[in-house]
Amino acid sequence: MVWFKRKSQGLVPQKKKDMPELWVKCPGCGEIVYKRELERNSNVCTNCGHHFRIKADGYVNLLLEPDSVQEFNEEIAPKDFLKFKAKKRYSEQIKAAIKKTGQKDALISVTGTLAGREVVLCVMNFEYIGGSMGSVVGEKIALAADVAMEKKCPLLIVSMSGGARMMEGAVSLMQMAKTSAKLAQLSDAGLPYISILTDPTTGGVSASYAMLGDVNIAEPGALIGFAGARVIKQTIGEDLPEGFQRAEFLLEHGFLDLICPRPEMKEQINRILDFMCADSPSSKELKNGSVEANKLTEAKISPPVDTDKN
Amino acid sequence: MQAFILDFEKPILELEKKIKEMQDYAATEGIELDDEIARLQEKSRKLQEDVYAKLTRWQRVQLARHPQRPYTLDYIERIVDDWVELHGDRAFGDDPAIVAGMGTMGGEKMMIIGHQKGRDTRQKLYRNFGMAHPEGYRKALRVMKLAAKFNRPILTLVDTPGAYPGIGAEERGQAEAIARNLFEMTKLPVPIIVVIIGEGASGGALGIGIGDRVLMMENTWYSVISPEGCATILYKDAGKASIAAEALQLAADDLLKQGVIDVIVREPIGGAHRDFDAAAEMLKEAVLKELAPLQQKDAATLVAERIKKYENMGFYENYSRQSA
Ligand SMILES: [Zn+2]
Repeated sequence: MVWFKRKSQGLVPQKKKDMPELWVKCPGCGEIVYKRELERNSNVCTNCGHHFRIKADGYVNLLLEPDSVQEFNEEIAPKDFLKFKAKKRYSEQIKAAIKKTGQKDALISVTGTLAGREVVLCVMNFEYIGGSMGSVVGEKIALAADVAMEKKCPLLIVSMSGGARMMEGAVSLMQMAKTSAKLAQLSDAGLPYISILTDPTTGGVSASYAMLGDVNIAEPGALIGFAGARVIKQTIGEDLPEGFQRAEFLLEHGFLDLICPRPEMKEQINRILDFMCADSPSSKELKNGSVEANKLTEAKISPPVDTDKN
Repeated sequence: MQAFILDFEKPILELEKKIKEMQDYAATEGIELDDEIARLQEKSRKLQEDVYAKLTRWQRVQLARHPQRPYTLDYIERIVDDWVELHGDRAFGDDPAIVAGMGTMGGEKMMIIGHQKGRDTRQKLYRNFGMAHPEGYRKALRVMKLAAKFNRPILTLVDTPGAYPGIGAEERGQAEAIARNLFEMTKLPVPIIVVIIGEGASGGALGIGIGDRVLMMENTWYSVISPEGCATILYKDAGKASIAAEALQLAADDLLKQGVIDVIVREPIGGAHRDFDAAAEMLKEAVLKELAPLQQKDAATLVAERIKKYENMGFYENYSRQSA
């Protein structure tokens, strides 16, 4: 496996001399907000709490200690194996998306530490063909699960996707099966998987790994659902209720464990992982003031519950 | 029932009608027409061979949706003994768009789950056109776990235009229900055989479609989106579905090439709707053939190989998967 250090690209690139670029209008409250201030608040409007969409690197910086981050499998690129051609060729869409995002596909996978604890983190990128899931996204998640199992550490996935990638036909559908199968394997190994659902998480991504977290966390207001609003409206022939398929709607119906504003995300995940993972020797020492107890906890992770006896 | 005839079926059916008329005429008038009839029968056979060898993907889609095509219960009626249908997800309700139950096929006891479409208007509405709600997927999982508990193999029959896109379906977690099935089916310690018997539309199909062996009947389709849905996105025109069907490469031989399915199940000439009994026999034979080797494997091997099978699905540049 190729490991390498990725240069952090920051959140939203700024052009210093372009004055209007310093300010941005919030789609949530309509206020003009100072971009610098927005960035200091993890790109969440300080006035109304609207969550601006951020790039994949933004979540890496939000959740992990920057010096600890190493991207892996970044070289895996998509292939137009169906020679899919509509108005645009898929091969041309791939080229354009790579140019636009600097990524080979719609998901990056990294290792790093979250509050000092080693984790594997995958983050989707909506700017890459709508964050769609094709072979590469599926493979990188599968390999990320393998790395988590190898290192016996938690897996985190930040979803941001319109669903499966149509231009890869049935093979993209199979990535739902593939990622879910790997998460089942990870789960049987007793390792934590935290799913972080951001705006939007729909279609095949919502109907596979995004909904399968040991804990499902969403950002406020995120659009989350299986079927597209347009399709539902067309099918039932009526307007959709206010707030339909928003994170709050899913929480109310029992499909999320919690909604967490971006600035508090890292802290909350850290608490959850603290609960799930066995105490590290150092934390145990702090709590007990005893070295004796440490010897009992050699494994980093709590022993798995025996689930394969059904 | 009034016959539904696809355009490309017309010349074949006309010829068959002519043969029938000639046979009747020969019988009633006592005239010897055997040579002539044999000649026409040969012509009809050749015509069918020609037409069905050259079917476009869109024509396959039309056959998969043929209103007289056999559905799950038509197959069960013909090839399953001691059928006991099981209802309900034990949480919300019973979804008639998915049927589930115990039965015996060729002496093998198995749990059978399938999408169910309706034949007439009333039945179509009752079965919701084979479009399941979350409770359908949850019922399916419940009975699959029951099969696992009693160490019986599972057969699923896929035939759906998609999981139902509605308010209630979203409220009750369509995405979660499908995702949960993918996750849990991976771990089931008994053999699972999946057969696409009609339409295999997206997550709604895959929700009961994880298996050790995935079979596709000859005149069916399976893809990430329906041709109409694809055409709407690509051309803003559902009428361009025939073009989308070609682009998606959604026919059985396409999916075999893509490594998504394992076996194509032949149908009676002209399609399964021309002869339910023969189609059912062909299905039964294929299922039993695939099941036998799986029953020799222990649970751990089955699950490990199932995960490996899905791991290997995908195409990439700059990379090839290392088999561990
Ligand atoms: Zn605001």
